[in-house]
Amino acid sequence: MMTTQVPRRPWLQRWHVKPIGWTLVILILLVASSRMTGVDVGMFFNNLGQFTDLLVRMSQPAWDYLPVILHPLYETIQMAILGTTIGATFAVPFAVLAASNLVHNRWLRGIIRLMLDLVRTLPDLLLAAIFVAIFGIGSTAGVVTLAIFSFGMVSKLFYEVIETIDMGPLEALESVGANKLTIIWYAVLPQIMNQFVSYFLYTLEFNVRASTVLGYLGAGGIGVFLQRSLNEFNYSQTAVIILATLVVVMAIDGISNHLRRVLL
Amino acid sequence: MDKTPIISFKNVNKVYDNGTVGLKNINFEIPQGEFLVVVGLSGAGKSTLLRTINRMHEITSGEIRVEGESIKAYKGRSLRLLRRKIGMIFQNFNLVKRSSVAKNVLSGRVSYYATWQSILGLFSATDKQKAVQALQRVSLAEKLYARADELSGGQQQRVAIARTLMQDPKIILADEPIASLDPLTTKTVMDILKRLNQEDGITVIVNLHSVALAREYADRIVGLRAGEVVYDEPIADVTEADLNRVYQTV
Amino acid sequence: MQTTISKKPATLTLWRRWNWLLWIAIVAVIYTWAITGLHFTGLQESAASVSRSIVHGLVQPDWPYVYNGSGEDLVSLILQTLAIAFLGTIISSLISVPFAFWAARGGKEWLHVRSGSGKVVLTLIRTFPEIVLAIMFIKAVGPGSYAGVLAVSIHSIGMLGKLFSEAIENMDRGADEAITSAGGNSAQIFMLATLPTIMPEFISYTLYRFEIAVRSASILGMVGAGGIGTPMIFAIQTRNWPRVGIILLGIVLMVLLIDTLSEQLRKRLI
Repeated sequence: MMTTQVPRRPWLQRWHVKPIGWTLVILILLVASSRMTGVDVGMFFNNLGQFTDLLVRMSQPAWDYLPVILHPLYETIQMAILGTTIGATFAVPFAVLAASNLVHNRWLRGIIRLMLDLVRTLPDLLLAAIFVAIFGIGSTAGVVTLAIFSFGMVSKLFYEVIETIDMGPLEALESVGANKLTIIWYAVLPQIMNQFVSYFLYTLEFNVRASTVLGYLGAGGIGVFLQRSLNEFNYSQTAVIILATLVVVMAIDGISNHLRRVLL
Repeated sequence: MDKTPIISFKNVNKVYDNGTVGLKNINFEIPQGEFLVVVGLSGAGKSTLLRTINRMHEITSGEIRVEGESIKAYKGRSLRLLRRKIGMIFQNFNLVKRSSVAKNVLSGRVSYYATWQSILGLFSATDKQKAVQALQRVSLAEKLYARADELSGGQQQRVAIARTLMQDPKIILADEPIASLDPLTTKTVMDILKRLNQEDGITVIVNLHSVALAREYADRIVGLRAGEVVYDEPIADVTEADLNRVYQTV
Repeated sequence: MQTTISKKPATLTLWRRWNWLLWIAIVAVIYTWAITGLHFTGLQESAASVSRSIVHGLVQPDWPYVYNGSGEDLVSLILQTLAIAFLGTIISSLISVPFAFWAARGGKEWLHVRSGSGKVVLTLIRTFPEIVLAIMFIKAVGPGSYAGVLAVSIHSIGMLGKLFSEAIENMDRGADEAITSAGGNSAQIFMLATLPTIMPEFISYTLYRFEIAVRSASILGMVGAGGIGTPMIFAIQTRNWPRVGIILLGIVLMVLLIDTLSEQLRKRLI
């Protein structure tokens, strides 16, 4: 027994090819990335003075600015609500078309999904910049941006929900010869309504956060004031805006989380 | 067989924070080298009883002695040394599923190493050989470099036993070791435990659901009901009718 | 069953039967408030013609911009964007680990003071707008991708810390228990059981976060924090629609590629 030899392992494992390979890849990427981005730890610490100065000024919020930003804050929430609603409404038919258990035409489904994937690649601020160019400065651009952004997000969440439904009631209706719309209305919708509302609220949370910065590019809401205060180096105003935004976002999150827990 | 008790319970009580009674006035001794099976319904306190021996659970009052020494005051290093001589086998095997069998087995040896050595995986060549030997004892040496989650349930439990052997334990506690296994692998695992008991003289304490298995492997059977010892007989005196009392509802 | 239902107090049934009306009223009030509150005035008359030129620019993108060797072309800046996202995500994933253990709910801790405070901090970080972070870091290190890296690293902690801490809360503690029972100390338990168990999930979440960081990094340039965003906003402001078209195409392809790659890797991990 004492002469037991440790069995030889395959050379891939013996020389740790995989872990070493991955470590090398990541190291190379890290070095390349830091060269490309000019990351320099020293520079950060050299300029630490300016950074702390900024933090100090932000730590003294100008509370008298609060009444000024109340209206834009409301506007931000209103934009989020409208944008999410419009986006979600448009998302429903597309979600149905993209669901593999409802649409058996593989081509149609593939095209719809590709389209949804493409919509989802666009970052919200980029959309905002384009729509500000089209619609001009104001909340219209914001609402349209949020609508498109939520359309991409909601449609994917929705079709994934639809694909998990119980097909029993559907087949029952199909067997008595009901048409597609009737089937969706009576057999699909009741099963997914709660999940839909829950995801709608989740997207709304997300959009409230997003809408606070859209204004930075002129798409309405509190972001307009954020940009103004930053441009004027008025950091005590910036601080008030950020704190107020935090309160609003957390309040919406709280309400929405509570509703979602009740729903599911 | 040496009959000095390796473990003794004296007036042991355990009450949970929420007031539930876990163990009630436990009094018995386990001689060295015994194969003891604890039976009882789930929730009867079998698992709690087992875990009080290596202080994975604390007791509320009473005294537990291991090798004649009260374990109550142990902490830090002395507690780890107590745990080192008591191996433990679990219902869910408790392996690191995505690590290799070798790593899992070697991890049983941690308490023999300084922290920095073990966390860097610097196990000695002797211990690597020891790991192979441990795996040979459970007939799994060829799986040394496989990933734990590539193995079947029964094989994973055998790896867990090999891991325990790395501790050079004097006692093995097995908490429902076969509850997640099929009948065939059940026999393999129980046979291994029995062999360790007979060949190495390790004291083995096993929690089981199945009375039939208990009668097949045990030297002695202890029955628990609602945290109390309601039955305690050497295997020669065990009868079916007696055992059924353990499973009566209170 | 039938009898138990009918025995319920009448008030409850009444409430049950009519509370949807209350919900409809609430929703109606909210929507009225939202619609009347916004001003959709000031629509530019040029909207239609601008849209037309955008579409025109999209179908006839500025191909020569793809690569011209100046280092300011599409390919270089896309690579720079990826570099910002990659570096930021890696730094953030390292910082997130201690945050995650701070915010993860432990066993029988009284009122969860520790994890509660950690969760609040993570929420604060998550809610703090990334753009503002970028602007703050621009003050510290000047405009450019370095500021972008810092912004992504800090902002991502909010989400990664949360995901990591949830992974810790839901992880299988079995291996921990085994090493404890073998006499390991807490450092050994962490390094030999906790970390190897949780690592694949951490990596998977980090990849997921990288997908999001790529999107962030492509817009941070709009405020001057490096990457493809800078030429994008410049092209939009100068109405250079063919340039906008090619950059959009670049971003879409980059994101699609990264999403697919990362999804494949994540599938293999778990």
